[in-house]
Formats: sequence, structure tokens, C-alpha cells
Amino acid sequence: MSGRQGGGRRIPDPKACQRIAEQMLAITLKAGADGAEVLVRDGTELEVKVRLGEPELIKEAGSRALGLRVLKDQRAAVTYTSDLTTAGLERLARDSVELAALAEPDPIAALPAREEMARDVPELDLWDEGVLALDVAEGIRRARAGEAAALAFDKRVTNSDGAVFGRTVGASAFATSAGFSGSLRGTHVSFAVEPLCDDADGKKRNGSFWTASRFANGLADAEGVGAEAARRTVAKLGARKIPTGAAPVIFSPDAGRGLLGQLAGVMSGGAVWRRSSYLAGREGTPVASPLVEIVDDPLLPRGPGSRPFDGEGLASRTNVLVAEGVLRTFLCDVYAARKLARRSTGSASRGIGGSPHVGVSNLILRAGRTPAADIEKIDRGLYVTDLMGFGFNPVTGDYSQGAGGFWIERGERAFPVTEITVSSNFDELWKGIDAVGDDPDTRTSIQVPTFRVSSMMIAGT
Amino acid sequence: MTAPPVAAASPLDAIDAALAERLLAAALSSGGDYADLYFEHRSGADYVLEDGRIRTVGRGVTLGLGVRVLRGDATGYAYTEELDEERMTEAARTAAQIAASGAAPGPIAVRPVPLADRYRVAEPSLARPGIDKVALLRQADAAARAFDPRIVRVEASLAEEWREVLVVTSDGHLARDQQPMIRFGVSAVAEEGHQRQGGRSGGAGRFGMEFFARPGQSPEEHGREAARLAIGMLHAVEAPAGPMEVVLGAGESGILLHEAVGHGLEADFNRKRTSNYTDQIGQQVASPLCTVIDDGTIDNARGSINVDDEGNAGQRNVLIEAGTLVGYMQDRLSAKHFGARPSGNGRRQSFRHEPLPRMTNTFLAPGTDDPEDIIRSVKRGVFAKRFAGGQVNISNGDFVFALTESYLIEDGKLTAPLKGTNLIGNGPDVLRKVTMLGGDFELSQGTWTCGKDGQSVPVGIGTPTMKIAEITVGGTKTR
Repeated sequence: MSGRQGGGRRIPDPKACQRIAEQMLAITLKAGADGAEVLVRDGTELEVKVRLGEPELIKEAGSRALGLRVLKDQRAAVTYTSDLTTAGLERLARDSVELAALAEPDPIAALPAREEMARDVPELDLWDEGVLALDVAEGIRRARAGEAAALAFDKRVTNSDGAVFGRTVGASAFATSAGFSGSLRGTHVSFAVEPLCDDADGKKRNGSFWTASRFANGLADAEGVGAEAARRTVAKLGARKIPTGAAPVIFSPDAGRGLLGQLAGVMSGGAVWRRSSYLAGREGTPVASPLVEIVDDPLLPRGPGSRPFDGEGLASRTNVLVAEGVLRTFLCDVYAARKLARRSTGSASRGIGGSPHVGVSNLILRAGRTPAADIEKIDRGLYVTDLMGFGFNPVTGDYSQGAGGFWIERGERAFPVTEITVSSNFDELWKGIDAVGDDPDTRTSIQVPTFRVSSMMIAGT
Repeated sequence: MTAPPVAAASPLDAIDAALAERLLAAALSSGGDYADLYFEHRSGADYVLEDGRIRTVGRGVTLGLGVRVLRGDATGYAYTEELDEERMTEAARTAAQIAASGAAPGPIAVRPVPLADRYRVAEPSLARPGIDKVALLRQADAAARAFDPRIVRVEASLAEEWREVLVVTSDGHLARDQQPMIRFGVSAVAEEGHQRQGGRSGGAGRFGMEFFARPGQSPEEHGREAARLAIGMLHAVEAPAGPMEVVLGAGESGILLHEAVGHGLEADFNRKRTSNYTDQIGQQVASPLCTVIDDGTIDNARGSINVDDEGNAGQRNVLIEAGTLVGYMQDRLSAKHFGARPSGNGRRQSFRHEPLPRMTNTFLAPGTDDPEDIIRSVKRGVFAKRFAGGQVNISNGDFVFALTESYLIEDGKLTAPLKGTNLIGNGPDVLRKVTMLGGDFELSQGTWTCGKDGQSVPVGIGTPTMKIAEITVGGTKTR
């Protein structure tokens, strides 16, 4: 698939993936399938971790696999293999067709109609040759520099959980008997630093900062990342609990990302037809504050979650989920759309080992007009930097998570806070947003600016 | 389908001692201190029933080799899915890049090590016809629906795996193990007017199909339990907010141990001095009532291992004895640092991952109190019975875990069911506040999976009923 040179150092080739996908499609149809979808992925990863100035981990490898969904008499089976020899593919095709007989006929499990399929594959600028030049030596250099900057930032930084440089280079192809075959390739680099401070009572405080991009020149410089990580960590020294009670709560971009991800889960057509979304039946009605606009945009150039076509071979399109607080649509793959008697929004995700399912691409809470610093101009309230635990019930919208951050008094961060929970119901939380910051965060595929909720219950002392 | 994995010749049969020795020599060709090879052949299948219909069946096989080279505290790692010697040698040389001094290794001779046999199964479940598993899903579906007409939706799933591993180390160990796993789960949704709630029940262990004959593990029992939880939650009230007395039920509450102390006692965090338990061996870190054990040797338990993923036998390790910290969970790297013996806790998600110190089955040993007395002793508090999961910050010890079934305790009696909420506490602080411990120990048979550094491994948890004098309940209702 990519020549015989170095496992972790070869360059994944999308056209080679596509040839295998198309070959497998033909093999599977010949083996008796009524329809089939084939996904082929080829990728390499490099991870370099430096701790206290010395390399702690160097990991470098390449990996490839094929996932298959077959339909036979309206029955579906999903299989995968890393054996890409012709004999291996023929065996998988035969086994998969046989396996499908165990499923039960499901009239809506058919592949999409031919006219629904993507007609071309837009170029989204997801590949950077410059990333390929970032090798082990460069990863070590950056990790050393970033960690050293963190340790030098403040003498209270006494330890380090290290600095990590990561690089992935991938290609994939998708071929379906519904009438589409396409491929893509992408690069991704990331860098993170995690320093530690010693606090009273033997407790330690950890913090981190990170940068990520599809392009080598999109990464923030290592020293700056290290210094910012140290600044965030030192600021947590002396963290304490606060009294139980209701207060305004501000979510940083890192904390708010999780909330938007949970909201996306209940805006999925899959959750709606499964009666597992508190938003079922709410299209066209307010589900959030008028300040809230949410889009899922797979076509964002250089976007971390961009995809030129979806996991079933439909054209990607930008979907507005929430405009001025009103729920405009649920995201659907073909199955969910048929269950809900509508059209797919081109929102299918697909992994090697599973069926297509609704999945977001670049999910963006649009930046607002309030300067981020001004969001903290409140008499008293909580600024949340960290959330932990599983506390969201999609069926009811009930929400509760562990939190850490800062207590705000008269517009200033008065002291750091830890070991508390913030709780609400998602319907109240999203409708209660009274400020959205002007600070978009484009580092990752779920993008959230700073935002403030007018009141949430805080459980502490 | 193809023949069952055990009857078929395994691709690992082709790996003999001589080949392993050549690969280890390549791995150490740049002068590492130690190297190991981790061959893995994993077959899995899964079945999902939704809305009364078997919607998908899935099957997959993975095969690969991970090569690790250690030099000092540093790890070089590479893997390959192509098990021809050229590819494997290339992976070994890639892993070797961590060491750069070029010293040639001495002769390596590997020999098989004997292993315990803690999860023998009469027949791997993968060898049974798929139709048998479809029948189990139908039984669960029918039982959930029959429980109450307000159950409007049921989903049931069965996943099975047969994992064969071969670990070969440069200090001469060769260990081969076959690790079965079966997992069953049911989720139900109940509706009444505008109220809608969900419930889940599941079980897992290293078993074949005999798993379903065990107490509490029949498909019907899981179906009814999921339905019971969903129906019970329809009239749940808002949970209180703030510090309270909390009673944790036997079994699943072991999630507290896993988060509050388990992770903090993994040796890598202590070697790097990033855990809040660093340097505390010999110190009182919990109430004298508390003895905490990590035990990889329990027959057929989800977290049990005959051999860990770096070739050391699974063990029973006491971590905290009557409140005093006595030991960490070690992998090879950390054991060397501490001058300790590896404790059989070096585990990895797959051949694509380097081993880390991980828990196996972690639990709190029983006390002597009557569980009913424990509840009766609480004037106003919360009784927590079932959990969705938890998370800990290793550095400061703060942990949180999510309650999916809990009740208010008023004047020593369970009253209203509470909506889902969280408990948040600090590990050492909460364990010092354990004031009563029941004699009713239970190992949860649940589907627990532990995540660390992006790697997931199956684990077990357990505890008797216990009372915590004060922990913060993360509800929405002020008192």
C-alpha cells in the first residue's frame, strides 16, 4: 500500500487506499452481497515525550486496516481486518456475507440512493508536507524547550509531567456500491506541556497548555506553550472549596468544549429516534439563549475535524444547528434520517470497526461580541477551567460535574477553587447563557469561546 | 463463519523461541538495557438488538507485534501488523532508537514460564453459533418489556473476545496466555406523561457462555434490572447540594477505591512524584477500618490476569493495610526505580501501546458492621447504590463519581429516589472519614473499563457497604 520503506516513516497514500477499497468492493459484491461499503485507513504516528530534560518515550509506527459493511437481504454485518492480502480480503468478504444472515431484515438499513451521493471531493487543505519534516529529533528539541520554559517560569514550578510532541499522518478511502469512491489525506501535529507545583498538605497542583494544528506553521512556539502552562499551574496554588450556593458560572474554552460535545450528542438524530434526547420534538423552538449560534462545518479549510465527504459517501455540508437560540435541525446519517422521515444532513461518521453513526465534524459555538476579559466583570461568580467526571443524562438533560477554577469577586479572580461540583439542567444552562466571548478557539474540532451562564448550583462546603 | 479461534491454528504458533531471540537481539542492537516483544491475536464479535430487532452483527480480528526497548527510565516503542521477519525486525530497530550507544547485547535465551489458569472456559463463546447469542438478546428484550408497560425502548448488546498474547522478554521469559471476555448489557427507556428516564444493567467477566448461568447474570435479570432502574427514576427528586453523610452500597461503590486511591497508588505517578501519595509508604492514609487490595488472581473476574503484559504473573497485592500505605502497583520500569519486585500490574490496551502500571481488581476488604445498621445510623444523608463511572486528578487527589441509583436517607430509612448526581471528594480526606464498614463484601460483576493515558483496560471493583462521615453531594437542591 505504501512501498516497503520504514513502517513508521512511510507516507500513507490515499490512492493506494482507494485501489484496495475498490478491489474489496468488487470482491464483496462477487461474494454475494447486495450492497457494500468499504473503508480503508493507513496512518503513521509519532509521539515524543520529554520529562525533566530527558526523552521518556519515543513511539513511532504505522498502521492500516479495512472496515466492511455488507448488506444482504436487508440484513447488515460489520467486519474489519488488518490482513489486506487478496486471500485475506476474499475470506473476509465470504465470512461477512454469511454473518449478515444472523441479523434481521431491516427495510431502512439499505444504502443511500444513488442521487444522494457526493459527486466530487472538495480540496480542504488538510495536508502539509512541512509536517513530514517534524521528526524525532525536532520533537525532542521542542519538548525540551517547552518544558524548560515551564520550569524556568516560576520557582514554585517544582516538577513536570513532561512535554509531549505528537504527529499523525493519515490517508483513507471509502468506496460504496451506492455509487461513490473517494479518498483523502491529512496531517496533524500537537504539542503540550504539563508542569506541577507543590501545594500545602502534600497536595500537588497540575496544569497544562497545548497547541495543535494540521499545519507545521500552525503550532504555537514551544517556549510560549511551556510558559503559559506554568502560569496556569502556579495560579492554582492554594485552591480551596467554596460554600454551597447558586452563582453565575463562566466556562473557559477548555471547559466549555465538553458541554458543547454533550449537547451535540442530544442534537443527533440517532439519540432522537432512540428516545434518548431531551431535545426530541424541540426543532423550531428555543433551546438556548438568543446569543447562541452553533454550526457543524465539515468544509472548514484546514479544520481539525474537516471531511470532504461523510462516512456514507454523501457530500459534506455546513449545518446550522442552533441560530439565535432556536434549534434548527438534528444531525442525521442515512439511517437516522429514514427513522425520522427526512433527509440525511451528510453527518455520518464511520470508524473501521463499526456501523456508520451520526458524528460531528468541526462543531463550533460561534464567538460572540463580549470581549473575553469583560465576561469576568461580575460582582461574584465562578470561572471554571477544569471539569471532571460523567454527569450528563441525555434523556433528561440533568447535568452535574466536578469542577475547578477561580472564584471571582468584584470582577477579579480572587482565589483558585477546587473540589466542587456545578449542576443544572441543560435546558436551563444553555438558555441561561448571558455572555459569549469574542475569543474563538480553533485548536480542535469542537470549538468554544469563553461563555457565561447566569446561574448554576455549586456544591462545596 | 470461519472455524473458532482455539480450534484453528493460531498465527502466534509461527513465533518460535529462535525467531523471538533474533528480534530481541535487533531490539537491543543500539544498546538498550532491556527489550520485550508483545504479540497479540484478538478475535471479537458483537451483537446489538434495538427496537426488537437484531440490527447489526460485527466481527473482527487484529494481529500485531509491539516492541519495547528500555534504556534507563526511557522507553522506545514501535509496532507492526505484518508478522514477517523483515517487518518485525524493522519495528525492533525503530524501537531501538531510544538507545544510541551501540553496545551489542549478550546472548539471549528464552524459555516458557509456567502460568496459573484462572479463567479456563469449557468452550470459548466465539465457538458457539451466533444464533445462541441472538436468543440471549431476545430474552433480555422480552424481560425488560414485560417488566412494565411504561418501558418504551430496549437495547441489548453482547460482545465477546478471545485474546491470545505472547510476551517474550530479553531476560528470558516467554509467556503465552489466552484471555476470554464476555460482556452483556441492556438499556431501557421508560416514559410516563412528559417524564422520560433511562436505566442500564450489564455484566462482564472472563467466561464462555456459562457466564449467563451465574447469579444475576441471566439476560432476563439484566433486562428486568434495566427496566426497574428506568421506572424507578421516573419519580426521582432533585438531589441535595453540599456536604452530607453518605452510605455507599456493596459492590459498585468500589469505584470510590478505584478513583480515590487506586490511580494514586500506581507506581509511575509516585516514581515521577506527581501523585498526592508520593513518599507516603508507611504512613496512615486512610481510616484504620480500610484495607485496600488489588488482586489479579480472582477466578474469571474481569480484571484478572494469569500474566501481565510484560510477562510477570498476576498477583494479589495489599496496597493499604488497616489504613497504612504499604505498597504501590508496579510495572517493570517503576519496580526497578523503587528496587521492588514487579507486582504483575504492567498492562496495555493492545500491541499498539506501551505497558503502564494499571489496576486489576481493586477492592476494600470487608468490615464487621451490619449493612442495615449503617443505613439506620444516618439521620439525613444519601445512599448510593449504582454508578456510571468516575475520574480522579492524580496530583491533588480530587475525585468525582457519578451516581445513577441513589436514595435520600431520612431518619435511618431510605426514602425518595434521587436524580443522577455526582459525589466529589479528595482521596486521602474521604478515606479518613470512613466510619462504618459492612461485613457484606461484594465484587461488582459490572462492565468496568479503566482509562489512563489514552489506554483502556478491563478492571474489577468491589467494596462492602460503607459509611463516609462527610462528602460533597453535587445536586441542585439547597437544604
